[in-house]
Amino acid sequence: MTARRPYKRPMPGWWRKNPYFVEYVVHEATACFVAAYALVFLAGLLCLVQGEEAWAAWLAVLRSPWSIVAHLVMLVAMGYHSYTWFKIMPKTLPPVVVRGQRLSPGAITGGGLFAALAASLLVLGLAWGVLQ
Amino acid sequence: MSKRSNEPIFWLLFGAGGMFSALIGPALVIVTGLAVPLGVVFAPDALRYEHAHALAQHWLGKGFLFLVVSLFLWHAGHRIFHSLHDFGIHAGGVARAVCYGVPAAATVLAAAALLSIGF
Repeated sequence: MTARRPYKRPMPGWWRKNPYFVEYVVHEATACFVAAYALVFLAGLLCLVQGEEAWAAWLAVLRSPWSIVAHLVMLVAMGYHSYTWFKIMPKTLPPVVVRGQRLSPGAITGGGLFAALAASLLVLGLAWGVLQ
Repeated sequence: MSKRSNEPIFWLLFGAGGMFSALIGPALVIVTGLAVPLGVVFAPDALRYEHAHALAQHWLGKGFLFLVVSLFLWHAGHRIFHSLHDFGIHAGGVARAVCYGVPAAATVLAAAALLSIGF
């Protein structure tokens, strides 16, 4: 260990001063809700393995008002994640060339959002068909 | 020979999980967290044991359930890890162990659970 202790400028709340940074922080923070949902999902999977009783207990937790509120928040966060994921995609994707023309950012975002809508309807329809 | 970075692997998992959750995340939350528990559109017992068990036994359902748990968490862990610096948290060994350890452990747990349920 060296005795070197460089000065670190404290920057609490730096992101609150600029709407652009607020948006950045909010869309990065959606990851916490994606993780939370996956952990709830994993808990369900582990309960399912243990048998009928544990599974019923997990379902009962999902029916509690706290869980409903939490899932409403997760839905908003996950929806915002979807929106920003495709909004940023023109910048994260390598240039896509179609018939000698570079695909416009609007087309990439629009295509992504359309794909999300189609996939969501597919999941909802499949779930409705399977879970009768 | 220079040491190769393992970043592309985690970036790929981040990207795959981000895309997967962006495509179907909201719909999944609606089904498992809201519509089925509240009995809206779906029957209140739509996710009863036989249904869930059958889904987890089918190879397609098994794969789907595994990807949801694993990819969602790899996505979230990588994103949170790279955001830590913005909040003045040092992205060191401990942070790395937590951010990537949780997805790794969840992946193993999910795989073990789904395999033990059988086919």
